Amino acid sequence: MISQFFVLSQRGDNIVFRDYRGDVQKGSAEIFFRKVKFWSEDAEEEAPPVFNVDGVNYFHVKVVGLLFVATMRTNTSPSLVLELLQRIARVIKDYLGVLSEDSLRKNFVLVYELLDEVIDFGYVQTTSTEVLKSYVFNEPIVVDAARLPPLGPASLFMQGSKRMPGTAITKSVVANEPGGRKREEIFVDIIEKISVTFSSSGYILTSEIDGTIQMKSYLTGNPEIRLALTDELTIGRGGRSIYDYGGSSGSGAVILDDCNFHESVHLDSFDVDRTLSLVPPDGEFPVMNYRITQEFKPPFRINTLIEEAGQLRAEVMLKIRAEFPSSITANTIVVQMPLPKYTTRVSFELEPGAIIGGSEHTLRAKLTFSQELHGNITKEAGPVSMTFTVPMYNPSRLQVKYLQIAKKSKTYNPYRWVRYVTQANSYVARI
Amino acid sequence: MAPPPVYNQRSPSPSQPSGKGEVSDLKMQLRQLAGSRAPGTDDAKRDLFKKVISYMTIGIDVSSVFSEMVMCSATSDIVLKKMCYLYVGNYAKHNPDLSLLTINFLQRDCKDEDPMIRGLALRSLCSLRVANLVEYLVGPLGSGLKDSNNYVRMVAAMGVLKLYHISASTCVDADFPTTLKHLMLNDPDAQVVANCLSALQEIWSLEASKSEEASREREALLSKPVVYYLLNRIKEFNEWAQCVVLELVAKYVPSDSNDIFDIMNLLEDRLQHANGAVVLATIKVFLQLTLSMTDVHQQVYERIKAPLLTLMSSGSPEQSYAMLSHLHLLVMRAPYIFSSDYKNFYCQYNEPFYVKKLKLEMLTAVANESNTYEIVTELCEYAANVDIPIARESIRAVGKIALQQYDVNAIVDRLLQFLEMEKDYVTAETLVLVKDLLRKYPQWSHDCIAVVGNISSKNVQEPKAKAALIWMLGEYAQDMQDAPYILESLIENWDEEHSAEVRLHLLTAVMKCFLRRPPETQKALGDALASGLADFHQDVHDRAMLYYRLLQYDVSVAERVVNPPKQAVSVFADTQSSEIKDRIFDEFNSLSVVYQKPSYMFTDKEHRGPFAFSEELGSLSIGVESADNIVTAQRVEANDKDLLLGTSEKEESRGPGNNGSAYNAPAYDGSPALTAALQTQLDLVSLDHTPAASVSSTSLAIDDLLGLGLPVASTPAPPPPPALELNPKAVLDPNSFQQKWRQLPISISQEISISPQGITALTTPQALIRHMQGQSIHCMASGGQAPNFKFFFFAQKAKESSNYLVECIINTSASKAQLKIKADDQSTSEAFSSLFQSALSKFGLP
Repeated sequence: MISQFFVLSQRGDNIVFRDYRGDVQKGSAEIFFRKVKFWSEDAEEEAPPVFNVDGVNYFHVKVVGLLFVATMRTNTSPSLVLELLQRIARVIKDYLGVLSEDSLRKNFVLVYELLDEVIDFGYVQTTSTEVLKSYVFNEPIVVDAARLPPLGPASLFMQGSKRMPGTAITKSVVANEPGGRKREEIFVDIIEKISVTFSSSGYILTSEIDGTIQMKSYLTGNPEIRLALTDELTIGRGGRSIYDYGGSSGSGAVILDDCNFHESVHLDSFDVDRTLSLVPPDGEFPVMNYRITQEFKPPFRINTLIEEAGQLRAEVMLKIRAEFPSSITANTIVVQMPLPKYTTRVSFELEPGAIIGGSEHTLRAKLTFSQELHGNITKEAGPVSMTFTVPMYNPSRLQVKYLQIAKKSKTYNPYRWVRYVTQANSYVARI
Repeated sequence: MAPPPVYNQRSPSPSQPSGKGEVSDLKMQLRQLAGSRAPGTDDAKRDLFKKVISYMTIGIDVSSVFSEMVMCSATSDIVLKKMCYLYVGNYAKHNPDLSLLTINFLQRDCKDEDPMIRGLALRSLCSLRVANLVEYLVGPLGSGLKDSNNYVRMVAAMGVLKLYHISASTCVDADFPTTLKHLMLNDPDAQVVANCLSALQEIWSLEASKSEEASREREALLSKPVVYYLLNRIKEFNEWAQCVVLELVAKYVPSDSNDIFDIMNLLEDRLQHANGAVVLATIKVFLQLTLSMTDVHQQVYERIKAPLLTLMSSGSPEQSYAMLSHLHLLVMRAPYIFSSDYKNFYCQYNEPFYVKKLKLEMLTAVANESNTYEIVTELCEYAANVDIPIARESIRAVGKIALQQYDVNAIVDRLLQFLEMEKDYVTAETLVLVKDLLRKYPQWSHDCIAVVGNISSKNVQEPKAKAALIWMLGEYAQDMQDAPYILESLIENWDEEHSAEVRLHLLTAVMKCFLRRPPETQKALGDALASGLADFHQDVHDRAMLYYRLLQYDVSVAERVVNPPKQAVSVFADTQSSEIKDRIFDEFNSLSVVYQKPSYMFTDKEHRGPFAFSEELGSLSIGVESADNIVTAQRVEANDKDLLLGTSEKEESRGPGNNGSAYNAPAYDGSPALTAALQTQLDLVSLDHTPAASVSSTSLAIDDLLGLGLPVASTPAPPPPPALELNPKAVLDPNSFQQKWRQLPISISQEISISPQGITALTTPQALIRHMQGQSIHCMASGGQAPNFKFFFFAQKAKESSNYLVECIINTSASKAQLKIKADDQSTSEAFSSLFQSALSKFGLP
């Protein structure tokens, strides 16, 4: 039973604070914030999402730099509360269009309206954006997304990097377009986060795809939708070990290790024709999550060479090759390489240009050390890690064959957007 | 809501306005608007109300505008109403008198024709939390429960619970629980049903201590009709309500196996839910239902694996953390299920520390013969990582895997390589591990000491690591050339040593070193004892005093106390007893799993709620032993599966029991370090130097050093040895046993009879093992069932490491035993054989 819910800014200010049961002291937000802050100062470690101080359990998740916190005295399911906190963040985003400290502060009355209905006396009532619509009377004050301070490419991978990137849609589910009419449209994003670890000799040690089919619907009247996926889709690896891939089975078969679905999804014909049918609720939600450990071709190959050149010098050569078609361009690329502790100077040159498919880029750097290295230089540096986004490309080759919307009338033809995007989750090459 | 500063001493932070002037301004403006009916008033009020709420949120006390707020609330604007409700709910409790003002408009709103207004008003009315207003609640609640609109009924069901918390008697007297029960079983709206269920669970659990009827009602929630009714409607509930229902079902006791399969089939598709909370709640149901059906229970583990892994990798890091905690619990119960999925637990570089740490624990837990090599290789990568906390954890993980004794060979090499990396924190962590490793596998001392000897004690600063290094210096003083001198230099810096733990170890180490290499160490010992006696730390002082007096009393006794032969530690005590673990398992899908503690350890009694399975557990033995506390289990065979009797059944104690020290009690003979030595029945002195001369001379040296002029302690002459004396604390590791058994020829092989008493006493192998141990004959491995038992025993000559190995096969129906004896020293095998037979013949005698 949740006692309190609050949202804190990065500095620890209350942005909203709602007490549901009155059995946790009022100063809990301060206690919480101090604990989290000192946790990272003392031990250089991040506070875990759940901890207990004097009999009060504190749960928190980080979303866009804000802390969403729940407190309670009872013993309850941690995954329920953590999921709920994420969900509250998502609902708020659905209503405000943009989730940020600024938009929360401008709309806190609306947020209180939501919080009143999401939880009653500590028990979760609903987190459905759709259901909540009938209880919300405040108009959102929309924060212009374009005016937000540019977060830079790294923003996608900030706190809670596992959350899907905000799709380009920053429109509130309740706000009207300037023209007064709502635009009928639906977005389906196939987002694949890939994790690859290359050994020092370039072999793939581990690889995994965590995929999500994310939907955001602005359709009025909740028409039924049919979403057909790749025919050759198998689920479950049938107890086979992860080593026997049976070649790269070029036929385009997609083997999911496992998947799960949003509660609105009907799977009646999924086994027959790989079609999901659902009545999409308002707001953003994952239709399906899946996990693949089947071998796939990594989008980038990384080659690193680090060599000692004299007693206090070394040279690094970092080569990155894009192994996807040249029609595709990757963006927001960051390559990181930790250098030996005693490095005092680095000079490097980089070939300019965006990374388009098939191209190869090399970085050469000269390192100077303040003291002699003992032992193997490769043990002191690396591993190389990389973050990137590749739009219109997904390594699993899972495709949406069609997106069918039940027609209300002949003229009804809403916009449909099906987009693919691949992101690095943990893309590491050891040296 | 934000704290009114009156009740909270905190001063507003500089970035926030102090509020006094602002609040009185607000008060004025609200007054002006209260009576106004001019157009645009509502908009103006909205702006003002927003200001009030925003002050409230940041912690400014705005309770002084209470009456103005209430006056302004006469409006049909729902946004205004809601802000007003929010405000009132926050301050009513501390302004009970003013709250009375709100009753009127709230009661009126409860009768509004808009169900939304009715619901909101009822919710606010019930949220006032003012005891003397409860009389105004009963009426509106009663009609709310009967309202035609589901939203109002939903609010009313929760309202009953709120009323119960304000005044339990009012709630019970109005018979609301019965109404809720009726509603729960009949309402068409699933959320109303769910709220009734939540409210009833809470009310009846709290009432159960007062009334028997309530505890019967609480039981009735778990009856088959109620559980089936809820299960049949499971898909009508939203995901959160499903969790409530599933949590209830997990406590349901099924009537038969059909019952179990029906429920499991019905809930099967819940495992594919994207909400992790639903999946975990379902898993809990599956695990609890199948507890008594071993086969199905195993199938459940197989079934839940994939969904859990998906949730772990698809959710936010926070969700992954919750999932991993549960995976860890499961893997402790069934390590094999994830042994081929170990790659899922490799760390990703951008994961937060708390996720990585759990993943490392998972890797440690799933390590077995087939995957250890890969796992340790991966861990070594992390150990070289720039992320220092993770590097440390990874080294510890490698050590834990080594102590689980898979492929120790390769791991020791890796650990020693860590020492060559010359990073301070790596060295520190590794030293601690090497120490633990040596306590378990003394046979590695040669390799380890060679490397450890190269480490400069100046590079080791962390107390734990320093203590470990010092322990090794003392323990292996005879193998490390420089040991006395390193200790000496450490003692010179006694005053700069801040850690009492290190100083304690220093005292002990210098004692050990002295007993082995007296001339070289006597100065250091004298200095250490002098510093120790002057130490301000009580324990350090006491230990120095103990050593001093021991040396004064008798050096050979000191030898026995400080330097007894060590028995290898075969199992490091688990930090948790199996009872605790079972309890945590019962509380699956709760915080207990994350904290790794049962709920009674971290919640107040009144907040235990539906999770606590029984009330008082004060007497439970809580696993307080740290990993350093050791259990020298006497039965090595329990841990060495592959030794000799590959197929033999393990004794019952092989189960969860051998984790907790308490369980080995009856057969417990090996004793933790120092106390063992205090059992003075035997002479274990084996000095490298001639004892008499050096010992007495060094005693003199001490006396001189301390200037106390005490009489010289004389070493008593050892008693004349009997024909063959065995070492009661003999140690032999399984590998050496196996090796010896292969190498040595059979000296004696014969069949002997066993007395009838012996046969009757031999119900389990343990009985004989315990008996023989009393005769200084130790068991290496045992197995079998009546009538055939097979044992491997070993014994050692006292004072020299000459071993005797025995294979003994007993057939109880024939009352015969077949003996095969092998010995390092063939000449004494006859003597040993008769000793063994006489020991055996005493078995079963009173």
